[in-house]
Amino acid sequence: MENKLIKQISIFAENKPGRLEEITGQLKSADINIRAFTIAEAGDFGVLRMVVDKPDRAHDVLHDAGFTVSETEVLGVEMSDSPGGLHEIASVLGANNINVDYAYAFATTTEKALLIIRVDDISNAIHILNRAGVGLIGIEDVK
Amino acid sequence: MPEYWDPLIERMPVDELKKVQEDRLKQLVRYVYDHSPFYRKRFDEAGISPGDIRSPEDVKKLPFTVKQDLRDTYPTGMFCVPQSQVVRYHASSGTTGKPTVVGYTQNDIKEWSTSLARGLTSIGVGRGDVVQVGYGYGLFTGGLGLHYGTEMVGACAIPTSSGNTERQIELMQDLGSTAIACTPSYFLHINEVAKNMGISLAKDTQLHCGIFGAEPWSEEMRRRIEEQTGIKAYDIFGTSEISGPLFTECTYQDGIHIWADQFLIEVVDPKTGEQLPDGERGELVVTTLVKEALPLIRYRLGDLTIIKNEPCKCGRTHPRIMRILGRTDDMIIVRGINVFPGQVEAVLMEIPEVAEHYQLIVEREGELDKLTVQVEVTGDVFSDKISDLMKLEKKVGKALHTVLNITGKVELVEPGTIPRSMGKAQRVIDKRKI
Ligand SMILES: [Zn+2]
Repeated sequence: MENKLIKQISIFAENKPGRLEEITGQLKSADINIRAFTIAEAGDFGVLRMVVDKPDRAHDVLHDAGFTVSETEVLGVEMSDSPGGLHEIASVLGANNINVDYAYAFATTTEKALLIIRVDDISNAIHILNRAGVGLIGIEDVK
Repeated sequence: MPEYWDPLIERMPVDELKKVQEDRLKQLVRYVYDHSPFYRKRFDEAGISPGDIRSPEDVKKLPFTVKQDLRDTYPTGMFCVPQSQVVRYHASSGTTGKPTVVGYTQNDIKEWSTSLARGLTSIGVGRGDVVQVGYGYGLFTGGLGLHYGTEMVGACAIPTSSGNTERQIELMQDLGSTAIACTPSYFLHINEVAKNMGISLAKDTQLHCGIFGAEPWSEEMRRRIEEQTGIKAYDIFGTSEISGPLFTECTYQDGIHIWADQFLIEVVDPKTGEQLPDGERGELVVTTLVKEALPLIRYRLGDLTIIKNEPCKCGRTHPRIMRILGRTDDMIIVRGINVFPGQVEAVLMEIPEVAEHYQLIVEREGELDKLTVQVEVTGDVFSDKISDLMKLEKKVGKALHTVLNITGKVELVEPGTIPRSMGKAQRVIDKRKI
Protein backbone atom coordinates (compact mmCIF):
# COMPACT_ATOMS: atom_id res chain seq x y z
CA MET A 1 0.00 0.00 0.00
CA GLU A 2 2.92 2.32 0.86
CA ASN A 3 3.94 2.64 -2.76
CA LYS A 4 0.44 3.74 -3.75
CA LEU A 5 0.71 6.89 -1.68
CA ILE A 6 1.85 10.11 -3.24
CA LYS A 7 3.50 12.75 -1.13
CA GLN A 8 2.03 16.04 -2.10
CA ILE A 9 3.76 19.28 -1.24
CA SER A 10 1.48 21.95 0.25
CA ILE A 11 2.63 25.52 0.73
CA PHE A 12 0.95 28.31 2.63
CA ALA A 13 1.19 31.56 0.70
CA GLU A 14 -0.25 34.99 1.06
CA ASN A 15 -2.00 36.37 -1.97
CA LYS A 16 0.57 38.85 -3.02
CA PRO A 17 2.54 39.35 -6.20
CA GLY A 18 5.66 37.32 -6.74
CA ARG A 19 4.96 34.45 -4.34
CA LEU A 20 4.38 31.85 -7.05
CA GLU A 21 7.43 33.02 -8.91
CA GLU A 22 9.51 32.71 -5.74
CA ILE A 23 8.30 29.16 -5.11
CA THR A 24 8.74 27.91 -8.66
CA GLY A 25 12.14 29.61 -8.81
CA GLN A 26 13.28 27.71 -5.73
CA LEU A 27 12.13 24.42 -7.23
CA LYS A 28 13.73 25.15 -10.56
CA SER A 29 17.13 25.85 -9.01
CA ALA A 30 16.84 22.58 -7.09
CA ASP A 31 16.08 20.76 -10.36
CA ILE A 32 12.67 19.63 -9.20
CA ASN A 33 10.02 18.85 -11.76
CA ILE A 34 6.44 19.82 -10.99
CA ARG A 35 4.07 17.15 -12.30
CA ALA A 36 0.77 18.52 -11.07
CA PHE A 37 -0.14 21.81 -9.53
CA THR A 38 -3.12 23.67 -8.13
CA ILE A 39 -3.84 26.76 -6.08
CA ALA A 40 -6.69 26.92 -3.63
CA GLU A 41 -7.36 30.40 -2.46
CA ALA A 42 -9.32 31.88 0.37
CA GLY A 43 -9.27 35.64 0.53
CA ASP A 44 -5.92 36.89 1.73
CA PHE A 45 -4.13 33.61 1.57
CA GLY A 46 -3.98 30.46 -0.44
CA VAL A 47 -2.56 26.98 -0.39
CA LEU A 48 -0.46 25.76 -3.27
CA ARG A 49 -0.50 22.04 -3.77
CA MET A 50 1.77 20.14 -6.07
CA VAL A 51 3.01 16.75 -7.00
CA VAL A 52 6.71 16.76 -7.79
CA ASP A 53 9.28 14.17 -8.73
CA LYS A 54 11.36 14.66 -5.53
CA PRO A 55 8.95 15.58 -2.74
CA ASP A 56 11.33 15.31 0.22
CA ARG A 57 13.87 17.48 -1.51
CA ALA A 58 11.19 19.99 -2.48
CA HIS A 59 10.01 20.13 1.12
CA ASP A 60 13.50 20.84 2.40
CA VAL A 61 14.26 23.45 -0.21
CA LEU A 62 11.05 25.36 0.43
CA HIS A 63 11.30 25.00 4.18
CA ASP A 64 14.83 26.37 4.17
CA ALA A 65 13.67 29.26 2.03
CA GLY A 66 11.33 30.16 4.87
CA PHE A 67 8.02 28.86 3.53
CA THR A 68 5.41 27.12 5.60
CA VAL A 69 5.31 23.81 3.82
CA SER A 70 4.01 20.37 4.60
CA GLU A 71 3.91 16.97 2.98
CA THR A 72 0.47 15.46 2.70
CA GLU A 73 -0.37 11.94 1.57
CA VAL A 74 -2.74 11.88 -1.35
CA LEU A 75 -3.87 9.34 -3.92
CA GLY A 76 -3.19 9.43 -7.63
CA VAL A 77 -6.18 7.92 -9.36
CA GLU A 78 -6.05 6.88 -13.00
CA MET A 79 -9.06 7.81 -15.07
CA SER A 80 -9.68 7.49 -18.72
CA ASP A 81 -9.08 10.70 -20.63
CA SER A 82 -12.52 10.60 -22.25
CA PRO A 83 -16.05 11.79 -21.46
CA GLY A 84 -17.29 10.27 -18.23
CA GLY A 85 -13.82 9.52 -16.90
CA LEU A 86 -14.17 11.64 -13.77
CA HIS A 87 -17.78 10.62 -13.29
CA GLU A 88 -16.78 6.99 -13.07
CA ILE A 89 -14.34 7.68 -10.22
CA ALA A 90 -16.74 10.03 -8.47
CA SER A 91 -19.42 7.34 -8.54
CA VAL A 92 -17.18 4.80 -6.86
CA LEU A 93 -16.20 7.25 -4.15
CA GLY A 94 -19.74 8.48 -3.66
CA ALA A 95 -21.28 5.04 -3.49
CA ASN A 96 -18.82 4.11 -0.76
CA ASN A 97 -19.25 7.25 1.28
CA ILE A 98 -15.69 8.43 0.83
CA ASN A 99 -15.41 12.11 1.52
CA VAL A 100 -12.99 13.93 -0.73
CA ASP A 101 -11.34 16.97 0.89
CA TYR A 102 -10.11 18.22 -2.44
CA ALA A 103 -9.18 16.97 -5.88
CA TYR A 104 -7.41 18.19 -8.96
CA ALA A 105 -6.58 16.57 -12.24
CA PHE A 106 -3.90 16.64 -14.85
CA ALA A 107 -3.52 15.01 -18.23
CA THR A 108 -0.57 12.84 -19.14
CA THR A 109 0.92 11.85 -22.49
CA THR A 110 -0.85 8.49 -22.25
CA GLU A 111 -4.56 7.92 -22.73
CA LYS A 112 -5.04 8.12 -18.99
CA ALA A 113 -5.60 11.30 -17.03
CA LEU A 114 -4.65 11.54 -13.37
CA LEU A 115 -6.80 12.70 -10.53
CA ILE A 116 -5.12 13.68 -7.28
CA ILE A 117 -7.40 13.35 -4.27
CA ARG A 118 -7.07 13.87 -0.57
CA VAL A 119 -9.38 11.80 1.58
CA ASP A 120 -9.64 11.43 5.34
CA ASP A 121 -9.44 7.65 5.47
CA ILE A 122 -6.76 6.92 2.96
CA SER A 123 -6.36 3.17 3.50
CA ASN A 124 -10.07 2.58 3.21
CA ALA A 125 -10.12 4.59 -0.02
CA ILE A 126 -7.28 2.52 -1.48
CA HIS A 127 -9.14 -0.64 -0.58
CA ILE A 128 -12.37 0.52 -2.21
CA LEU A 129 -10.72 1.86 -5.37
CA ASN A 130 -8.76 -1.36 -5.77
CA ARG A 131 -11.92 -3.41 -5.37
CA ALA A 132 -13.64 -1.28 -8.03
CA GLY A 133 -10.75 -1.94 -10.38
CA VAL A 134 -9.62 1.69 -10.45
CA GLY A 135 -5.91 2.07 -11.05
CA LEU A 136 -3.76 3.98 -8.60
CA ILE A 137 -0.39 5.32 -9.44
CA GLY A 138 2.40 5.44 -6.88
CA ILE A 139 5.31 7.63 -6.12
CA GLU A 140 7.47 5.80 -8.66
CA ASP A 141 5.08 6.75 -11.44
CA VAL A 142 5.47 10.48 -10.96
CA LYS A 143 9.24 10.46 -11.05
CA MET B 1 24.56 29.03 45.65
CA PRO B 2 23.47 31.55 48.30
CA GLU B 3 19.76 32.00 48.62
CA TYR B 4 19.96 35.72 49.27
CA TRP B 5 22.46 38.38 48.27
CA ASP B 6 21.81 40.38 51.44
CA PRO B 7 19.59 38.29 53.74
CA LEU B 8 19.39 40.91 56.47
CA ILE B 9 17.90 43.50 54.18
CA GLU B 10 15.93 41.23 51.87
CA ARG B 11 14.16 39.54 54.79
CA MET B 12 13.94 42.58 57.04
CA PRO B 13 10.65 42.72 58.98
CA VAL B 14 8.18 45.04 57.30
CA ASP B 15 8.02 47.55 60.16
CA GLU B 16 11.81 47.90 60.17
CA LEU B 17 11.76 48.40 56.40
CA LYS B 18 9.18 51.12 56.91
CA LYS B 19 11.52 52.83 59.34
CA VAL B 20 14.35 52.67 56.82
CA GLN B 21 12.04 54.19 54.21
CA GLU B 22 10.96 56.90 56.59
CA ASP B 23 14.51 57.95 57.41
CA ARG B 24 15.59 57.88 53.80
CA LEU B 25 12.55 59.73 52.47
CA LYS B 26 13.06 62.51 55.01
CA GLN B 27 16.72 62.74 54.05
CA LEU B 28 15.85 62.67 50.37
CA VAL B 29 13.38 65.57 50.39
CA ARG B 30 15.83 67.67 52.38
CA TYR B 31 18.63 66.67 49.97
CA VAL B 32 16.77 67.53 46.75
CA TYR B 33 15.43 70.76 48.24
CA ASP B 34 18.94 71.86 49.14
CA HIS B 35 20.72 70.66 45.98
CA SER B 36 18.32 71.15 43.10
CA PRO B 37 16.79 74.46 42.07
CA PHE B 38 14.29 72.42 40.06
CA TYR B 39 12.94 70.58 43.10
CA ARG B 40 13.09 73.61 45.33
CA LYS B 41 10.87 75.49 42.88
CA ARG B 42 8.51 72.52 42.56
CA PHE B 43 8.15 72.14 46.30
CA ASP B 44 7.69 75.86 46.83
CA GLU B 45 5.01 75.98 44.14
CA ALA B 46 3.21 73.08 45.79
CA GLY B 47 3.53 74.75 49.18
CA ILE B 48 5.52 71.83 50.57
CA SER B 49 8.59 72.08 52.73
CA PRO B 50 10.87 69.16 53.59
CA GLY B 51 9.68 69.33 57.19
CA ASP B 52 6.16 68.30 56.09
CA ILE B 53 7.35 64.80 55.26
CA ARG B 54 7.39 62.69 58.42
CA SER B 55 6.47 59.19 57.26
CA PRO B 56 6.50 57.11 54.06
CA GLU B 57 2.75 57.80 53.78
CA ASP B 58 3.47 61.50 53.47
CA VAL B 59 5.00 60.86 50.07
CA LYS B 60 1.58 61.51 48.56
CA LYS B 61 1.88 65.17 49.57
CA LEU B 62 4.81 65.57 47.17
CA PRO B 63 4.36 66.73 43.59
CA PHE B 64 4.86 64.24 40.76
CA THR B 65 7.69 64.30 38.27
CA VAL B 66 7.28 63.09 34.70
CA LYS B 67 9.40 62.41 31.66
CA GLN B 68 8.60 65.86 30.31
CA ASP B 69 10.44 67.37 33.30
CA LEU B 70 13.60 65.59 32.20
CA ARG B 71 13.10 66.89 28.68
CA ASP B 72 12.39 70.44 29.83
CA THR B 73 15.54 70.49 31.94
CA TYR B 74 17.70 68.81 29.31
CA PRO B 75 20.45 67.88 29.75
CA THR B 76 21.13 67.96 33.50
CA GLY B 77 18.80 70.55 35.01
CA MET B 78 17.35 68.08 37.53
CA PHE B 79 20.71 66.79 38.75
CA CYS B 80 21.60 67.26 42.42
CA VAL B 81 25.37 66.91 42.12
CA PRO B 82 28.01 68.84 40.19
CA GLN B 83 29.45 67.24 37.06
CA SER B 84 32.61 66.26 38.97
CA GLN B 85 30.56 63.74 40.97
CA VAL B 86 29.02 62.09 37.91
CA VAL B 87 30.84 58.99 36.74
CA ARG B 88 28.50 57.99 33.92
CA TYR B 89 25.78 59.32 31.65
CA HIS B 90 23.19 57.40 29.71
CA ALA B 91 20.76 59.01 27.30
CA SER B 92 17.54 58.09 25.61
CA SER B 93 17.43 58.29 21.86
CA GLY B 94 14.60 60.76 21.87
CA THR B 95 12.63 58.97 19.18
CA THR B 96 9.38 60.04 20.82
CA GLY B 97 10.42 63.53 21.79
CA LYS B 98 13.45 65.41 23.03
CA PRO B 99 16.17 63.14 24.39
CA THR B 100 16.67 62.71 28.11
CA VAL B 101 19.91 62.31 30.01
CA VAL B 102 20.42 60.36 33.21
CA GLY B 103 23.57 60.40 35.36
CA TYR B 104 25.12 58.36 38.12
CA THR B 105 27.56 58.91 40.95
CA GLN B 106 29.88 56.08 41.96
CA ASN B 107 27.46 55.23 44.69
CA ASP B 108 24.52 55.25 42.27
CA ILE B 109 26.28 52.64 40.13
CA LYS B 110 26.92 50.57 43.23
CA GLU B 111 23.28 50.74 44.38
CA TRP B 112 22.08 49.89 40.87
CA SER B 113 24.35 46.86 40.66
CA THR B 114 23.35 45.81 44.17
CA SER B 115 19.68 45.85 43.23
CA LEU B 116 20.41 43.56 40.31
CA ALA B 117 22.74 41.39 42.37
CA ARG B 118 19.85 40.69 44.73
CA GLY B 119 17.58 39.92 41.80
CA LEU B 120 20.05 37.66 40.02
CA THR B 121 20.74 35.77 43.23
CA SER B 122 16.99 35.32 43.73
CA ILE B 123 16.76 33.46 40.41
CA GLY B 124 19.77 31.35 41.15
CA VAL B 125 22.30 33.18 38.99
CA GLY B 126 25.70 33.55 40.61
CA ARG B 127 29.30 32.43 40.54
CA GLY B 128 29.82 29.81 37.85
CA ASP B 129 27.04 31.14 35.65
CA VAL B 130 27.76 32.56 32.24
CA VAL B 131 25.33 35.36 31.42
CA GLN B 132 24.93 36.40 27.84
CA VAL B 133 23.91 40.05 27.95
CA GLY B 134 21.86 40.57 24.82
CA TYR B 135 20.56 43.99 25.76
CA GLY B 136 22.03 46.89 23.87
CA TYR B 137 25.24 48.34 25.26
CA GLY B 138 25.80 52.02 24.85
CA LEU B 139 23.53 54.90 25.66
CA PHE B 140 20.74 52.44 26.49
CA THR B 141 20.98 51.30 30.12
CA GLY B 142 20.08 47.64 29.55
CA GLY B 143 23.45 46.21 28.55
CA LEU B 144 25.74 47.90 31.05
CA GLY B 145 23.20 47.55 33.84
CA LEU B 146 22.97 43.78 33.54
CA HIS B 147 26.70 43.63 32.97
CA TYR B 148 27.57 45.26 36.28
CA GLY B 149 24.98 43.22 38.17
CA THR B 150 26.34 40.02 36.66
CA GLU B 151 29.90 40.86 37.62
CA MET B 152 28.86 41.83 41.12
CA VAL B 153 27.43 38.37 41.84
CA GLY B 154 30.60 36.81 40.48
CA ALA B 155 28.99 35.39 37.36
CA CYS B 156 30.63 35.83 33.98
CA ALA B 157 29.16 38.34 31.55
CA ILE B 158 29.37 38.02 27.78
CA PRO B 159 28.63 41.48 26.39
CA THR B 160 27.09 40.33 23.13
CA SER B 161 24.59 43.20 22.92
CA SER B 162 21.76 42.51 20.49
CA GLY B 163 22.03 41.54 16.86
CA ASN B 164 24.40 39.25 14.99
CA THR B 165 22.21 36.40 16.08
CA GLU B 166 24.08 33.46 14.57
CA ARG B 167 27.24 34.58 16.30
CA GLN B 168 25.28 34.85 19.56
CA ILE B 169 24.21 31.25 19.21
CA GLU B 170 27.76 30.11 18.45
CA LEU B 171 29.06 31.91 21.53
CA MET B 172 26.21 30.50 23.58
CA GLN B 173 27.40 27.01 22.65
CA ASP B 174 31.14 27.62 22.74
CA LEU B 175 31.24 29.52 26.04
CA GLY B 176 28.45 27.57 27.66
CA SER B 177 26.05 30.41 28.44
CA THR B 178 23.74 29.38 31.26
CA ALA B 179 21.62 32.53 31.25
CA ILE B 180 20.63 35.15 28.75
CA ALA B 181 19.27 38.64 29.26
CA CYS B 182 17.41 40.29 26.37
CA THR B 183 13.93 41.27 25.24
CA PRO B 184 11.53 38.32 25.07
CA SER B 185 10.91 39.00 21.39
CA TYR B 186 14.61 38.91 20.64
CA PHE B 187 14.90 35.61 22.47
CA LEU B 188 12.13 34.20 20.28
CA HIS B 189 14.12 35.34 17.30
CA ILE B 190 17.25 33.65 18.65
CA ASN B 191 15.26 30.45 19.10
CA GLU B 192 14.00 30.67 15.53
CA VAL B 193 17.46 31.25 14.11
CA ALA B 194 18.89 28.42 16.23
CA LYS B 195 16.23 26.06 14.85
CA ASN B 196 17.18 27.02 11.33
CA MET B 197 20.80 26.29 12.19
CA GLY B 198 19.71 22.85 13.40
CA ILE B 199 20.38 23.75 17.03
CA SER B 200 17.95 23.08 19.84
CA LEU B 201 18.37 25.57 22.68
CA ALA B 202 16.99 22.93 25.04
CA LYS B 203 19.28 20.09 23.99
CA ASP B 204 22.34 21.65 22.44
CA THR B 205 23.07 24.48 24.87
CA GLN B 206 23.45 24.83 28.64
CA LEU B 207 21.02 27.71 28.80
CA HIS B 208 18.66 27.32 31.73
CA CYS B 209 17.56 30.82 32.56
CA GLY B 210 16.30 33.84 30.66
CA ILE B 211 15.99 37.36 32.08
CA PHE B 212 13.50 39.13 29.88
CA GLY B 213 12.28 42.68 29.90
CA ALA B 214 12.30 46.12 28.26
CA GLU B 215 8.90 45.32 26.73
CA PRO B 216 5.66 43.98 28.22
CA TRP B 217 5.14 40.26 27.78
CA SER B 218 2.43 37.97 29.00
CA GLU B 219 2.27 34.95 31.27
CA GLU B 220 1.17 32.91 28.26
CA MET B 221 4.28 33.98 26.38
CA ARG B 222 6.34 32.85 29.35
CA ARG B 223 4.76 29.42 29.18
CA ARG B 224 5.49 29.19 25.46
CA ILE B 225 9.12 30.20 25.88
CA GLU B 226 9.67 27.77 28.74
CA GLU B 227 8.05 24.86 26.91
CA GLN B 228 9.88 25.45 23.66
CA THR B 229 13.34 26.18 24.96
CA GLY B 230 13.49 24.33 28.27
CA ILE B 231 14.61 27.39 30.22
CA LYS B 232 13.06 29.25 33.14
CA ALA B 233 11.94 32.67 31.94
CA TYR B 234 12.05 35.55 34.43
CA ASP B 235 10.65 39.03 34.16
CA ILE B 236 12.97 41.97 34.81
CA PHE B 237 11.87 45.55 35.27
CA GLY B 238 13.38 48.99 35.37
CA THR B 239 13.75 52.04 33.19
CA SER B 240 16.64 54.37 32.54
CA GLU B 241 15.09 57.23 34.54
CA ILE B 242 15.27 55.21 37.76
CA SER B 243 18.70 53.78 36.75
CA GLY B 244 18.00 50.99 34.25
CA PRO B 245 17.02 47.35 34.67
CA LEU B 246 16.76 46.94 38.43
CA PHE B 247 14.27 44.35 39.64
CA THR B 248 13.47 40.76 38.85
CA GLU B 249 11.12 38.05 39.92
CA CYS B 250 12.41 35.32 42.20
CA THR B 251 12.19 31.61 41.39
CA TYR B 252 8.53 31.61 42.47
CA GLN B 253 7.74 33.82 39.48
CA ASP B 254 5.07 35.59 41.45
CA GLY B 255 5.74 39.27 40.99
CA ILE B 256 8.83 41.43 40.74
CA HIS B 257 10.57 42.30 44.01
CA ILE B 258 11.08 46.03 44.44
CA TRP B 259 13.76 46.80 47.02
CA ALA B 260 12.03 49.05 49.52
CA ASP B 261 15.26 50.29 51.09
CA GLN B 262 16.14 51.80 47.71
CA PHE B 263 12.80 52.70 46.19
CA LEU B 264 9.40 53.75 47.46
CA ILE B 265 6.60 52.69 45.15
CA GLU B 266 2.97 53.67 44.83
CA VAL B 267 0.22 53.00 42.36
CA VAL B 268 -1.99 55.92 41.32
CA ASP B 269 -5.04 56.43 39.17
CA PRO B 270 -3.56 57.44 35.79
CA LYS B 271 -6.28 60.03 35.26
CA THR B 272 -6.64 61.70 38.65
CA GLY B 273 -3.23 60.95 40.18
CA GLU B 274 -4.97 59.71 43.36
CA GLN B 275 -2.99 57.11 45.25
CA LEU B 276 -4.69 53.70 45.00
CA PRO B 277 -4.83 51.06 47.74
CA ASP B 278 -2.72 47.88 47.42
CA GLY B 279 -4.17 45.35 45.05
CA GLU B 280 -5.68 47.95 42.75
CA ARG B 281 -4.39 48.37 39.29
CA GLY B 282 -2.93 51.70 38.36
CA GLU B 283 0.11 53.60 37.19
CA LEU B 284 3.38 52.87 38.94
CA VAL B 285 5.02 55.82 40.66
CA VAL B 286 8.56 55.54 42.01
CA THR B 287 10.56 57.63 44.44
CA THR B 288 14.26 56.84 44.45
CA LEU B 289 15.43 56.78 48.06
CA VAL B 290 19.19 56.53 47.64
CA LYS B 291 20.05 58.01 44.26
CA GLU B 292 22.46 60.93 44.45
CA ALA B 293 22.99 62.30 40.94
CA LEU B 294 19.43 62.29 39.70
CA PRO B 295 16.97 61.49 42.47
CA LEU B 296 13.39 61.29 41.32
CA ILE B 297 10.44 62.20 43.46
CA ARG B 298 7.17 60.46 42.66
CA TYR B 299 8.23 59.78 39.11
CA ARG B 300 5.35 58.56 36.96
CA LEU B 301 6.59 55.62 34.97
CA GLY B 302 3.51 55.10 32.84
CA ASP B 303 3.54 51.35 33.53
CA LEU B 304 0.31 49.81 34.72
CA THR B 305 0.58 47.30 37.52
CA ILE B 306 -0.68 46.11 40.88
CA ILE B 307 1.32 46.26 44.12
CA LYS B 308 1.34 43.28 46.45
CA ASN B 309 2.69 43.90 49.92
CA GLU B 310 2.49 40.50 51.59
CA PRO B 311 5.87 38.76 51.92
CA CYS B 312 6.79 36.32 49.16
CA LYS B 313 7.16 32.56 49.59
CA CYS B 314 10.88 33.06 49.04
CA GLY B 315 11.10 34.88 52.38
CA ARG B 316 11.67 38.34 50.97
CA THR B 317 9.58 40.98 52.68
CA HIS B 318 9.82 43.75 50.09
CA PRO B 319 6.76 44.70 48.02
CA ARG B 320 6.18 43.11 44.66
CA ILE B 321 4.65 44.49 41.51
CA MET B 322 2.58 42.08 39.50
CA ARG B 323 3.53 41.59 35.86
CA ILE B 324 3.44 44.91 34.05
CA LEU B 325 0.17 44.89 32.15
CA GLY B 326 1.13 47.53 29.68
CA ARG B 327 1.95 51.18 29.60
CA THR B 328 -0.45 54.06 29.66
CA ASP B 329 1.09 55.23 26.39
CA ASP B 330 0.91 51.74 24.76
CA MET B 331 -2.81 51.65 25.10
CA ILE B 332 -4.68 51.90 21.86
CA ILE B 333 -8.29 52.88 21.62
CA VAL B 334 -10.13 50.97 18.96
CA ARG B 335 -13.69 52.08 18.44
CA GLY B 336 -13.80 53.45 21.96
CA ILE B 337 -12.47 50.29 23.59
CA ASN B 338 -9.17 50.41 25.45
CA VAL B 339 -6.84 47.72 24.20
CA PHE B 340 -3.44 46.85 25.59
CA PRO B 341 -1.17 44.84 23.31
CA GLY B 342 -0.37 42.62 26.29
CA GLN B 343 -4.01 41.59 26.63
CA VAL B 344 -4.15 40.67 22.97
CA GLU B 345 -0.95 38.68 23.38
CA ALA B 346 -2.45 36.78 26.29
CA VAL B 347 -5.44 35.83 24.15
CA LEU B 348 -3.34 34.83 21.15
CA MET B 349 -0.89 32.73 23.13
CA GLU B 350 -3.77 30.69 24.58
CA ILE B 351 -4.37 29.37 21.08
CA PRO B 352 -1.82 26.66 20.35
CA GLU B 353 -1.92 27.13 16.57
CA VAL B 354 -0.85 30.76 16.84
CA ALA B 355 2.89 31.34 16.62
CA GLU B 356 4.76 33.78 18.85
CA HIS B 357 5.05 36.56 16.33
CA TYR B 358 2.02 38.74 15.88
CA GLN B 359 1.18 42.31 15.07
CA LEU B 360 -1.78 44.61 15.48
CA ILE B 361 -2.57 47.11 12.78
CA VAL B 362 -5.05 49.89 13.43
CA GLU B 363 -6.33 51.90 10.53
CA ARG B 364 -9.15 54.30 9.92
CA GLU B 365 -11.65 53.37 7.26
CA GLY B 366 -13.98 56.29 6.77
CA GLU B 367 -15.16 57.09 10.26
CA LEU B 368 -14.46 53.65 11.67
CA ASP B 369 -11.36 52.21 13.28
CA LYS B 370 -10.32 48.95 11.76
CA LEU B 371 -8.18 46.49 13.69
CA THR B 372 -6.26 43.78 11.92
CA VAL B 373 -4.46 41.08 13.84
CA GLN B 374 -1.75 39.38 11.84
CA VAL B 375 -0.58 35.98 12.98
CA GLU B 376 1.98 33.78 11.31
CA VAL B 377 1.19 30.29 10.09
CA THR B 378 4.13 28.08 10.88
CA GLY B 379 5.07 24.55 9.84
CA ASP B 380 4.03 23.04 13.14
CA VAL B 381 0.37 23.89 12.70
CA PHE B 382 -0.03 24.11 8.96
CA SER B 383 -2.88 22.04 7.63
CA ASP B 384 -3.13 22.08 3.88
CA LYS B 385 -6.91 22.14 4.14
CA ILE B 386 -8.31 25.59 3.49
CA SER B 387 -11.18 24.87 5.83
CA ASP B 388 -8.78 24.29 8.75
CA LEU B 389 -7.03 27.59 8.08
CA MET B 390 -10.32 29.43 7.91
CA LYS B 391 -11.37 27.77 11.15
CA LEU B 392 -8.20 29.09 12.73
CA GLU B 393 -8.97 32.63 11.55
CA LYS B 394 -12.44 32.34 13.05
CA LYS B 395 -11.12 30.91 16.30
CA VAL B 396 -8.69 33.78 16.81
CA GLY B 397 -11.34 36.34 15.95
CA LYS B 398 -13.82 34.77 18.32
CA ALA B 399 -11.33 34.60 21.20
CA LEU B 400 -10.47 38.28 20.78
CA HIS B 401 -14.11 39.15 20.73
CA THR B 402 -14.99 37.04 23.75
CA VAL B 403 -12.12 38.16 25.95
CA LEU B 404 -11.58 41.75 24.88
CA ASN B 405 -14.88 42.58 23.26
CA ILE B 406 -13.14 43.87 20.16
CA THR B 407 -13.87 42.85 16.63
CA GLY B 408 -10.89 42.58 14.42
CA LYS B 409 -9.99 41.06 11.12
CA VAL B 410 -7.61 38.15 11.52
CA GLU B 411 -5.03 37.75 8.83
CA LEU B 412 -2.90 34.66 8.46
CA VAL B 413 0.51 35.54 7.11
CA GLU B 414 3.61 33.67 6.04
CA PRO B 415 6.38 33.12 8.56
CA GLY B 416 8.88 35.92 8.62
CA THR B 417 6.32 38.47 7.42
CA ILE B 418 6.13 40.21 10.77
CA PRO B 419 9.36 42.12 11.34
CA ARG B 420 11.71 40.57 13.90
CA SER B 421 13.23 42.90 16.39
CA MET B 422 16.62 42.94 18.05
CA GLY B 423 15.29 45.16 20.80
CA LYS B 424 11.76 46.13 21.65
CA ALA B 425 9.21 44.50 19.38
CA GLN B 426 6.80 46.78 17.61
CA ARG B 427 3.53 44.98 18.23
CA VAL B 428 1.21 47.79 17.23
CA ILE B 429 1.18 49.74 14.02
CA ASP B 430 -1.22 52.60 14.38
CA LYS B 431 -1.70 54.05 10.94
CA ARG B 432 -4.29 56.51 12.20
CA LYS B 433 -1.56 58.76 13.55
CA ILE B 434 0.36 58.95 10.32
ZN1 LIG C 1 10.06 35.99 46.05
